[in-house]
Amino acid sequence: MSRPTSRALPRGVPAGLAGVLALAAAWEAYKALLPDDGWVLGDTRILPRTTDVAMPHLWDMVARAAEPLTSAADAEPLWLATLRGAGSTLGVAAVGWLTGVTVGLLVAVLMARFLPARAGLLPWVVLSQTVPLIAIAPLVKRWGSRLEIGALDWQDWMSVAVIASYLAFFPVAVGALRGFTSPDHASTDVHLELFRAYGVGWWATFWRLRVPASVPFLLPALRLAAANAVVGTVVAEVSTGLRGGLGRMIVEFGASASADPAKQWSPIAGAALVGLAATGVVALLGAGLRRYQTGEEAR
Amino acid sequence: MSAVVATGVGRVFGPAGGAGGTVALSDVDLTVAAGELVSLIGPSGCGKSTLLRLVADLDTPTSGSLTVFGKTPARARADQDYGIAFQQAGLLPWRSVQANVELPLQLHGASRAERAARAAELLALVGLTDFAGHRPDQLSGGMQQRVAIARALARWPRLLLMDEPFGALDEMTRERLQDELLKIRAETGAAVVFVTHSIPEAVYLSDRVVVMTPRPGRVVADLEIALGSPAERAARGIALREDPAFFERVSTVREALHAGEAGLPARDRGAAGAPDRAGR
Repeated sequence: MSRPTSRALPRGVPAGLAGVLALAAAWEAYKALLPDDGWVLGDTRILPRTTDVAMPHLWDMVARAAEPLTSAADAEPLWLATLRGAGSTLGVAAVGWLTGVTVGLLVAVLMARFLPARAGLLPWVVLSQTVPLIAIAPLVKRWGSRLEIGALDWQDWMSVAVIASYLAFFPVAVGALRGFTSPDHASTDVHLELFRAYGVGWWATFWRLRVPASVPFLLPALRLAAANAVVGTVVAEVSTGLRGGLGRMIVEFGASASADPAKQWSPIAGAALVGLAATGVVALLGAGLRRYQTGEEAR
Repeated sequence: MSAVVATGVGRVFGPAGGAGGTVALSDVDLTVAAGELVSLIGPSGCGKSTLLRLVADLDTPTSGSLTVFGKTPARARADQDYGIAFQQAGLLPWRSVQANVELPLQLHGASRAERAARAAELLALVGLTDFAGHRPDQLSGGMQQRVAIARALARWPRLLLMDEPFGALDEMTRERLQDELLKIRAETGAAVVFVTHSIPEAVYLSDRVVVMTPRPGRVVADLEIALGSPAERAARGIALREDPAFFERVSTVREALHAGEAGLPARDRGAAGAPDRAGR
């Protein structure tokens, strides 16, 4: 019997900590063992430099995070600014995730309900993900700034959320479609025949059978969508230059990296935290839906 | 009114018109009276499950006519005149036992209170009152099948269609569920069409056993069993299973099956030593 989420969580925490420690040890070991100039073969650098500019010590990063953001007298500490930025990024990513999940589910329902829609839409759904994000981000920002929807005043962060949702909808559309149609594929299952015998229509079958049966497929898709939304938000913050989020901080701090190399690692760590928080929320969602997770996984 | 009347029913899979298609059923005549328990028995491929699916309107005949309580099968399905159970219990794993039994009631808009009352009644009937809150994966195969039967009975059907419902169970569980089915049958008075490939099971449960053979699927014998009413049979239990009259019926069905396999003419209707059914 499967109770994956309940047991994976406590068991996953020590494993996760061990992973972080291993990564930290690998970072410092690499820095200690390899020459400052990395490893150059001919004119090509195979392995990166290990100077304090390229790879600051972990403790320098931590120490830098505790110091003020700038030399200004009233500057807040870097870690606080990072958290503030992480909060902003997480908020935008959440809006992007919700939008992406909504659109993804609607597309999946459409494709599950109408076979022609599936044939017509699915290639476009896949194609949509081959468009480079960097290319569309400025376009979305420009379109957005010209939008006037009633009293809604289009903000730049909404463009960023739209870009995040563009990445988030894809796994949801594909995963939900697979989930909604899973009763069709289970050749030994009698559920569809039963619902037909009950003489109920497509929508009743959808709500009572296809939706609950889709949960084991939907949860991984939602988790993937959360990670995508965070990546999409950070990248879109960079390419649209949105202030307040981690993406802008990474770019700004990176510009002054030669003078203050440890500084940019704070927002990078912040981005990892945002990713953890986003997937954590989905894990909680999964814990709430545990009774729907037998079926497929138990087999 | 008869529960099921099939006249010259055929089902050909494949190209329309039959040329090159696979004949699953050919020219089947079958009448199931209200309240009667009829078993369809035969080897794999004889079309017994196909016939059941035609009655359930899960499939459509390619020839002949079929009525269920005087209506088309599609009408009967829409009116929920039958309940159905398959070899797999097919319970929804995310629902409790009680919620599974309530499913057909919920789909047809019964109130929460009505549903709970009916589910309690049915779970008592199949002896699973204490398991109402359990999840299907916590139940044994036999218990799951009892839940499936309770679910099939939820909307007071006058006809119960059962496709090898005990086929995946061990012998002991199987015999216990057969007794329960007879009891349920006596209490509900529903007609039952029961597909099986077990001869003793067919004889024990049925008022009539319809013997079918494959290539093409057709009826070769229609045997009256006449071992007493369902209530009497359920009361006799093991004694009946060891009764010489029981063995005699088993032999008759077996001979009909083998004669059908060999393509020999089967013995006449009512050949199991029961009164002739001509007056029906």
